[in-house]
Amino acid sequence: MIRSEILRDIAPILRDQLVVCNIGLPSQELHMIDDQPTNFYMLGTMGLSSSIGLGLALAQDKIVISIDGDGSVLTNLGTLPTIANNVTDNYILMIIDNGSYGSTGDQPTYAGMKTKLEKVAEACGCENVVVCQDVDTGKILQAAIDSKKMTVIVVKCDSGNIKLPVITMDPVVIRDRFMKAVAS
Amino acid sequence: MSIDKKIVDDLVANDVSFVTTVPCKQLAGVIEEVEAREEIFHIPSNNENEGMGLCAGAWMGGKRPCIIMQNTAIGVTINTLATLTQFYRMPLPMLISYRGELREPVSCQVEMAVHTKALLDQLHIPTYHFHRESDADELDAILKYTFMCNKPVAILTDASFWGGYGDQ
Repeated sequence: MIRSEILRDIAPILRDQLVVCNIGLPSQELHMIDDQPTNFYMLGTMGLSSSIGLGLALAQDKIVISIDGDGSVLTNLGTLPTIANNVTDNYILMIIDNGSYGSTGDQPTYAGMKTKLEKVAEACGCENVVVCQDVDTGKILQAAIDSKKMTVIVVKCDSGNIKLPVITMDPVVIRDRFMKAVAS
Repeated sequence: MSIDKKIVDDLVANDVSFVTTVPCKQLAGVIEEVEAREEIFHIPSNNENEGMGLCAGAWMGGKRPCIIMQNTAIGVTINTLATLTQFYRMPLPMLISYRGELREPVSCQVEMAVHTKALLDQLHIPTYHFHRESDADELDAILKYTFMCNKPVAILTDASFWGGYGDQ
């Protein structure tokens, strides 16, 4: 499966949660598949999905899922020790690991070579790190939500993209309706 | 009252309850005070980009954030300031140690100091420069201004403000 197929698969689970979605194609795909006020789409700032999600989870009680990519986590690798050392059980970091920089044309990442992000996360001190295959994402994600434990999920999947439009929604509109959904 | 305590009192009085920091010798007393306050959740960052991401999330979650960093971080965070904090219109007081100004012992710090105000100006970031201790009297008003206008705002605090670098 490629990322967009996974997102389509897990959209019914994501719909009920606060989601911080990574820059580029992941946000465009989620926006097309199931746009919700509970989705915060990143239009820029590669690497910060996990940090924004952690800050959000620490500031309030609702479950927060950060959808990130292997390339973006590599960009902001310092996020993993911060997550590990600031445990908040309403936080799930889901890294869709396709071993490539999808939004820029599937150039390979080091995560698709020797580097194992699940081992990096464990070495950083993350206590609940789960690796799963693309087809099992929904089951694993639901289990992480039900566990009420902070969890890092590394989803192994194929690289590949679908054609789809950019998000034209104004960033302040995205942010404002997201904040209303957070506060509701 | 110590200046460290006064600064953190102003943060607390303005309902700032989520503070991220990177280490700094000049701001060490403030960071220690932040850590000690029950009203504030203190989360150290590994770099300032990450810190700004945390602050963005915390603000959307209903908490008023603040980042404590050095001026070198402006060079690191320009993209984040432009594409996250400003693009989505989020408030972010940045309490900044302004290294490389008068009384600076480390020459390399001057290299970013000479760019600091120009970069902040280019980014249209409201900037306040604390040079004398009494300048901190404006901090309360600066914090109110920041959360009124939903912008990143820089508070540069130089070595003279902190009383020099001691024996360094």
